[in-house]
Amino acid sequence: MRQSAAGPARRTTAEDERGCDWREALDNAQPVKARGLVKRYKEVLAVDHVDLNVRAGDVYGFLGPNGAGKTTTLRMALGLIMPSEGSVELFGRDPLRAGARALEGVAGFVEAPRFYPYLSASKNLQLLAALDGGDARARIDEVLDVVELGARAQHKVGGYSHGMRQRLGIAAALLRRPRLLILDEPATGLDPAGMRDMRELIRRLAGEGITVLLSSHQLPEVQDLCDRVAIVDRGRVVYEGALADLRRQGGAGYRLRTTDDERALGVAREQPGIDHVSLGENGLVLDGQERDIGQLSLALGRAGIGILALTPELATLEDLFFRLTEGSNAANGADGTTPRGSLEAGVV
Amino acid sequence: MSSVASASPLAPATDARRRPSTLTVYRWELRKLISQKRTYLGLGLIVILPLFFVIFQSVRQNHGHGGESIFAAQITQSGLATPVLMLTFLVLFMLPLVAALVAGDVVANEDGNGTLKTILTRSVDRGQVFAAKTLAAWTYAATAVLLSAAVATVAGVASWGFHPVRSLSGTVVSAPEALLLIFAANAIYLIPLFAVASIGVLLSTATRNSAAAVVGTVGCVILLDIISGIPGMEGAQPYLLTQQFEAWQGLLRTPTDWAPIVHSAWLCALYAVPALFVGYLVFLRRDVAGG
Repeated sequence: MRQSAAGPARRTTAEDERGCDWREALDNAQPVKARGLVKRYKEVLAVDHVDLNVRAGDVYGFLGPNGAGKTTTLRMALGLIMPSEGSVELFGRDPLRAGARALEGVAGFVEAPRFYPYLSASKNLQLLAALDGGDARARIDEVLDVVELGARAQHKVGGYSHGMRQRLGIAAALLRRPRLLILDEPATGLDPAGMRDMRELIRRLAGEGITVLLSSHQLPEVQDLCDRVAIVDRGRVVYEGALADLRRQGGAGYRLRTTDDERALGVAREQPGIDHVSLGENGLVLDGQERDIGQLSLALGRAGIGILALTPELATLEDLFFRLTEGSNAANGADGTTPRGSLEAGVV
Repeated sequence: MSSVASASPLAPATDARRRPSTLTVYRWELRKLISQKRTYLGLGLIVILPLFFVIFQSVRQNHGHGGESIFAAQITQSGLATPVLMLTFLVLFMLPLVAALVAGDVVANEDGNGTLKTILTRSVDRGQVFAAKTLAAWTYAATAVLLSAAVATVAGVASWGFHPVRSLSGTVVSAPEALLLIFAANAIYLIPLFAVASIGVLLSTATRNSAAAVVGTVGCVILLDIISGIPGMEGAQPYLLTQQFEAWQGLLRTPTDWAPIVHSAWLCALYAVPALFVGYLVFLRRDVAGG
């Protein structure tokens, strides 16, 4: 009796220690840290010295045109393909060295999620749960409900639409209770309602504290969801950092409506630190730092001009994306040198 | 309410999960095989051939049987001659083909469909997946051989009775002992067949193309058989895989001739082990870019 009581106690302690180590590793280590990642396919340089820094809690957008090297980078991150140079760590573990252990706490899919078409969704998830271990099998119904596939759980995946497979891909990822979710173009091929639902789901996941690495070429999706981004073009990262910083660097404009726009135009042009002042149908458009904008508002008050509205107008991600990628293409095309973004600060 | 049910389905895990064993991965490889229609194509052939043989022989029961082999001569005297004769017919081409159908497909099919990346992003190592797939291919080959033997035995006994048979040495063996020897002989035949399946797994891993791997495996068997028939190549015969396909006949001699069986065992290992080792290395280092 004593012996049987001691056995489980010992196991529990060992498991607790392992669990503590694991939690500690996941709590302290950076979810994704890539350094100098390179992937060559003979003469083709698919990924060119990519550095990524995904921090805990990020919804990190990995942005780039088709063929920019996003999927190849994600495949290297998940240990599916070997880098030609450089390294990548997930929570401090290199998938090439640690194997499946490096994927603890990590889930997701690259390109379209793939399943066994001759098995039902439920059977597919049972298989994946068996390969995950832990409590995954007990969570199949829950995750199918989360992606609203519960009613079709017994249907063969071969008959699923593209959108249903994407959602099943998310369900398969959620089985692992991930701390880091890697999603490669999750909304591609979805109808507008499906895209909206997918965004909502990603928002919910982020709200639960899951770090999300989201690869996409859909700029509104990234602008809507992500707080940090890396923009990759022709295999190189041309920007990495906070999305808000990028938009500020792209030119923080303001729109100003006053009681007398004609006179306000003159005042603004005289004001130090205020640039690119123009008068349009909806008032003035101008650039300037916050401090200078404050001084302008005081000057307008002194001139007896009332301010009706003063609103910041940040550059859209789309503007910045094209500025970065087209700028690099132009540079690349002009002299064959390494592509670089045209923004000053934050350009990698 | 369980802790699982009470936790948010989206919340990240707070504990390390217990990783699955290779046995678990193997079980799921078998479940995948069972769920695929093409799995039954090879097994269907293996079942139909003995049945066709028995029906055909029953129809022409009064005709002579030529006496090409000792078991052919006994075909209507004991139903236990049927599985031995069937094994003789099937060893060189049909059973290697059936083994190759799954072994050549087991990795390449997953690679082509993109499901390899799905399973390799779970909590299993590549080595576990490769081991499970190899074991599944072997299991399928063993199932085909034993199913063939079982169907031939049942059909033969149903047609011509459960009677003693004469062994290859001419001695009479009781029916129960003959039955035991028949299944032991089939088990011995699995040794070279596992080597064939191992070559199939290697080609499946290396070519990433199911058709190429299946054809390549069968082609390899045919090539070795052709080599064994080339005049002047007699010296190479003991070292050819196809020559081991008849090692099981040592069990049907009195006394048992173990020499060809032992020779077959180590020679087949010389084919299977390097094939699996190279296949393992390829699988371990390969880029999974399909799908």
